[in-house]
Amino acid sequence: MREITLSKAVNEAIAEEMRRDPNVFLIGEDVAEAGTPFKVLAGLVDEFGTERVIDTPISEPGFVGMAVGAALTGSRPIVDLMFGDFIFLVMDQLCNQAAKACYMSGGKLNVPMVLRTNLGATRRSAAQHSQSLHALVAHIPGLKVAMPSSAYEAKGLMKTAIRDNNPVVIFEDKLMYQDKAPVPEEEFLITFGKANIKREGTDITLIATSSMVQVAEKAADLLAKDGISAEVIDPRTIVPLDEETILNSVRKTSRAIVIDEGHQSYGITGEIASRITEKAFYHLDAPVLRMGAMDVPVPFSPALEDLTVPTPEGVADRARAAVRGELFHAA
Amino acid sequence: MAAKAAAKTGAKPKGNAEDYLRMYRQMVRIRAFEDQANQLYLSAKMPGLTHMYSGQEAVAVGICEALTDDDKITSTHRGHGHCVAKGAEFKAMFCELLGKAEGYCRGKGGSMHIADQSHGNLGANAIVGGSMGIATGAALSAKLRGTDEVTVCFFGDGATAQGLWYEVMNMAALWKLPVIYACENNGYSEYTKTAEIAAGSLTARAEAFGIEAHKVDGQDVLAVNELTQKLVARARKGEGPFFIELATYRYHGHHVGDINREYYRAKDEETEWKSTRDPILNFGKWLTEQGVASEDDLAAIGAEVKADAEAAVAYAEAAAYPPENEVDMHVYVDSPELNAALRGQPAA
Ligand SMILES: Cc1ncc(C[n+]2csc(CCOP(=O)(O)OP(=O)(O)O)c2C)c(N)n1
Ligand SMILES: [Mg+2]
Repeated sequence: MREITLSKAVNEAIAEEMRRDPNVFLIGEDVAEAGTPFKVLAGLVDEFGTERVIDTPISEPGFVGMAVGAALTGSRPIVDLMFGDFIFLVMDQLCNQAAKACYMSGGKLNVPMVLRTNLGATRRSAAQHSQSLHALVAHIPGLKVAMPSSAYEAKGLMKTAIRDNNPVVIFEDKLMYQDKAPVPEEEFLITFGKANIKREGTDITLIATSSMVQVAEKAADLLAKDGISAEVIDPRTIVPLDEETILNSVRKTSRAIVIDEGHQSYGITGEIASRITEKAFYHLDAPVLRMGAMDVPVPFSPALEDLTVPTPEGVADRARAAVRGELFHAA
Repeated sequence: MAAKAAAKTGAKPKGNAEDYLRMYRQMVRIRAFEDQANQLYLSAKMPGLTHMYSGQEAVAVGICEALTDDDKITSTHRGHGHCVAKGAEFKAMFCELLGKAEGYCRGKGGSMHIADQSHGNLGANAIVGGSMGIATGAALSAKLRGTDEVTVCFFGDGATAQGLWYEVMNMAALWKLPVIYACENNGYSEYTKTAEIAAGSLTARAEAFGIEAHKVDGQDVLAVNELTQKLVARARKGEGPFFIELATYRYHGHHVGDINREYYRAKDEETEWKSTRDPILNFGKWLTEQGVASEDDLAAIGAEVKADAEAAVAYAEAAAYPPENEVDMHVYVDSPELNAALRGQPAA
């Protein structure tokens, strides 16, 4: 199968959907001629023109609100939010308006929009351009949240998001834009709420999102050398969450670590870990562990930044401790 | 031309030679700092990206020279110039750009978050428009604390699209706050021309709130300085807020990696600004014409500053990274007075 970059995968997904449905349009800062600072959308304006690939001023709450209004009235906007960190600027429009319109109207209104943005540290971009803020929106009922872990997921999840009749937020890992993966030429969609078992194993389940899937896979390689068999699960969407695949895996392996690049406290790792302890408690042989980003603003200095995110070695260490029964805590 | 524009706006040699030469030196320092920073990026020695201030020196220097250390500024993603102009020194700045422990923010902030509390620089900001509330709040605090401090809020033309600005201008005008909004209109917001992102007139937007608005040639350090001096003096007396739109130009790309930029900005336009409207060249020419300094004097300043910058870079390159235990330091600050009070509480 051909291999393409994550960046190209996103570009293809959007182009295909814009060809298919004339109601789909793109809006955001420097999306047209510049194709975004990451060049992900390069070339789209040439095919679809500035009517459907709309450059905006730096007015995030304004254009997200406009996307909500457009979505309520028959359009299907894709909003480009240049950095995930800017989600704080648009929280009202996204969480009070887009997320609630359907419910508040008793199902009469709906907001078929996609907000595509990014996450991920270790790019030396400091505290306001490095955050992984998906937990914030995952907390709000009414929003769906997709977290592609490779070019394949980036394409399939984007196409599904565009066709979903609800507001969907997609977080791409900004460090993965140039990473290649096999992506079929033929059209495909990826169902929301269906996890992908990236790798089967019997001793421990590593549930990982987005960039952390790679980290978990590398950890699984390290563990294999020690004779420990790790299963790696990529939920692909955290809302909806494929609880069943996760629980079935943990019932089999009896141990689990949840790995995610959001801050560890009050985050995705805690949510998934607690669902496991609630629903598979009697199958467990070790406490369920969380590994998220350190609870600090992302520091600029490379010497500090690299300490704040989970690493394959760190995950493997914790997994070994879990498998070897070294996680007992004093009574 | 700087000299003519200065003459027209009436900025006669009011200060003394010392003031002029300090302004000249500060502009040269900013340019030298940026040249070194750009080199650090090109030679892959600097982590991440940075936004060059080169070309806009007269704005930062003209304004900051009208301020005292007690006056505050808020800065932007393109903030090295503001930082230098407000009094920062090279070593701690380069250390910050390289993520070293001796940086102004102990390496935690980097280029886009550099702050220098000791000189009243409340910090650069990586959120476009993110400092408009902060600057206005600093002005509110200056008033509440009964000081005559003034705050200057630097931002770009692109930032005028943020709604926050209109919220705080309204309050600043209602409450007559000592804040000066300084919009550096360099013609571009990232890869887009200002005309494509700003409707109507910027000065009219401020005027709609009853805020006195001025337009000035941002390449003319004396014109900028003279206007700012007047406005600062009036702001201290409670006659603020004010708005200044400064016409200027950024010489580099949006950030250091933005090298192939002909698709949005013509080479000729860049050459034109650099050759005819350079704030340093033009002010230097004026200084020699006025007999304030000889060409040799200016060359000596240039050489001295360059040597300083090179030495600071060498120092920063050799400096240590912060120790690992600093990673979770500074998330919160201690509150000793509160702690003392809590100790006396029954539930302590
Ligand atoms: C809220 C927010 N939106 C977008 C960006 C990305 N961005 C950084 S600088 C910039 C352009 C700013 O233009 P302007 O205010 O004119 O400043 P200049 O770069 O010209 O100095 C943009 C869009 C950001 N950092 N913050
Ligand atoms: Mg600008």
